[in-house]
Amino acid sequence: MSKILIIAEHLDGKLNLATARAVSAAAAVKPEGIDVMVLSDQPDAIATEAAAIEGVSKVLTVARTENMHALAAIVAPQVAAAAKGYSHVFAPSTTFGKDVAPRVAGLLGVNQVSDVMTVESSHVFTRPIYAGNAIVTVEAPAGQIVVATIRTASWPAAGKAASTAPVEALSLDVALPTHTRFVGLKQGKSDRPDLQSAARVVSGGRGVGSKENFDIVYKFADKIGAAVGASRAAVDAGYVPNEMQVGQTGKIIAPELYMAIGISGAIQHLTGIKDAGTIVAINKDGEAPIFEVADIGLVGDLFKILPELEQALA
Amino acid sequence: MKILVGYKRVVDYNVRIQVKPDGSGVVTEGVKLSANPFDDIALEEALRLREKGMAEEVIVIGIGPADLTAHLRNGLAMGANRAIHVSTSEAVQPLTAARVLLKLVEKEQPGLVILGKQAIDDDANQTGQMLAALWDRPQATFAGKVEIADGKATVTREVDAGLETIEAELPAVITTDLRLNEPRFIKLPDIMKAKSKPLDVVELSSLGVDSGDHLKVTHYAAPPKRGRGVMVKDAAELVAALKQKGLL
Repeated sequence: MSKILIIAEHLDGKLNLATARAVSAAAAVKPEGIDVMVLSDQPDAIATEAAAIEGVSKVLTVARTENMHALAAIVAPQVAAAAKGYSHVFAPSTTFGKDVAPRVAGLLGVNQVSDVMTVESSHVFTRPIYAGNAIVTVEAPAGQIVVATIRTASWPAAGKAASTAPVEALSLDVALPTHTRFVGLKQGKSDRPDLQSAARVVSGGRGVGSKENFDIVYKFADKIGAAVGASRAAVDAGYVPNEMQVGQTGKIIAPELYMAIGISGAIQHLTGIKDAGTIVAINKDGEAPIFEVADIGLVGDLFKILPELEQALA
Repeated sequence: MKILVGYKRVVDYNVRIQVKPDGSGVVTEGVKLSANPFDDIALEEALRLREKGMAEEVIVIGIGPADLTAHLRNGLAMGANRAIHVSTSEAVQPLTAARVLLKLVEKEQPGLVILGKQAIDDDANQTGQMLAALWDRPQATFAGKVEIADGKATVTREVDAGLETIEAELPAVITTDLRLNEPRFIKLPDIMKAKSKPLDVVELSSLGVDSGDHLKVTHYAAPPKRGRGVMVKDAAELVAALKQKGLL
C-alpha cells in the first residue's frame, strides 16, 4: 500500500492553495495515508490549515529557526530524512516545489516525475513534455520511492475536511548547511485575486504597448474581479513584473475564464492556459495564433474594445 | 575560477512538435536542432563573468551521441574556452546527467556550475537541483540576476511570489531563467576559431556512473486539441456570449 508525504508550501504564515491541489493528486493514488509536512520556524497556524484539508491523515510539523525561509538546501535534507517509510513524496509544481523536490530526489537517488497531470496507478503517471505539445505516460521503477511534482492546473484543490487531522511535531536529527542564506523577497503588492487560483484572469501582451497602457488591462480586470497576467513579451518589455508571466516558463493556470488581450499566442504562452475553461482573445491581428485556441475571438483595437466592454458591463 | 556550463541540444523551440501516430515518440528526424535556450543563457552568463575577470575558464559540457560534437563547437564559437563531450548513444535522464556532472565537477573543481533551469524537450527542471544535492553545495535556481563577490554568489531568483534574493557560498550551482541576459550571436570568424579549441570526448561508460533505475516512458500522445471557437464582431456581442455561458 502507498503512503504519501506532501511538502506543504506556505508564505507569510499562510498555507498556499497549491498544497491542497497536491493532496488531490495524492488521493488519486488511493493511498492508505496522506501526511502533510510543514517546515517553518512557526508552523502551528499553517499546520492548522493543512489539517483541515480533506484527505489528509496527519500533519507533521518541523519547527526550526532555519526553516524561516524556504531554501531548498535547508528543506530538502529534512524532507529526505522524513521520507523513510513513505512510498511517495509529492510537492506542488510551483517555483517552490520545482526548487525543492528535485533536490529531495537527488538525495534519495531517484529520478523525479515532474508536473504530474493524471495518476494512472501508484507508479504510472502522465506528464507534459515539449511545452505540453506531447503528453507522455511514465512509469516509475517499482521498489523505490516516487518523488513527483504536481501540475497544479490539472488538479482541483481538495476541499475542507469534516473533522481535522491530527498534528504531530516531528523531530529530525538532520544537520543543516549554512552555505545558503535568504536575503530578501520583493513581492508584487496587489489587492487583486491571486493569479494561480483566480476564477477569472485577464492577461495583456505586447499589443498593450507600454507599462502605462497596462492600466487599461488592470482597470478592466478590476471591473470583472479578475487576476491579471501577462505574456512573456510583456514581461520582457518591462510592462509588468515577472510574477505575472503565464506560460511554459511562467505560471500554468486553469481559470474558468481567460481573456488574452493583445497576445499573439506563442506556443509557450498557450501551454500556460490550455486548461482554462473559456479562452477569449482580443487582438487586432485576425491571423494571430491565439484565435486557433480561443473559444470566443474578437478582432479589433483593444484600446477601443476594453472601454466598450466596461461600458457594456456598467 | 572555472565555470562549467551544461549545453544541451534540443529540438528548436520554433518547431511544431508532432507525436508519432503509433505513440512511440515525437518526430525528431529531419527536425531542426538547437541549443536549449536556457543553456545559451547559462553560457552567456559564464562568458560575461569571465569578461568581468571573475573567471578564467568557461567549459561547455554536452552529454549525447557522437554527432553532438558539432553542437559543442557552437558553444566554443560563442566563446567557451573548451568543451567536454560525454559520449553515449542512450537517452540520459536528469539523475544520470547530475551524476555525470558531479564526476566532471570532481575533476575540474569549478567555482560555479551554470545550467539552464529546464530543457525545453523533457521540461524536467531537475538536473541542477540534483547536482547540488549530490555535491552538497548551494543551489540558486531560476536566476534572473547574478552577482559574484567575496566568494559568494548573490542571486535574484524569479519565484511565484516575486523576486527572491539569496546568497550562496561558492562553489555553487546556478540555474538560469529567461531574463538573466540576452545571449550573443555567434560571429563567422569565431566559428573558424572554435575549430582549434580543445574538445575532449569522454565515454559515459568510462566515468563509473550508476545510471540507476530510469523512469520508463511507455506512451506518447498528442495533447487534447482545443477547437477554434466562434468570432464575435464587437464588445456587445462578446459580453452577450460570456453572459450566455454564465461567465459574467
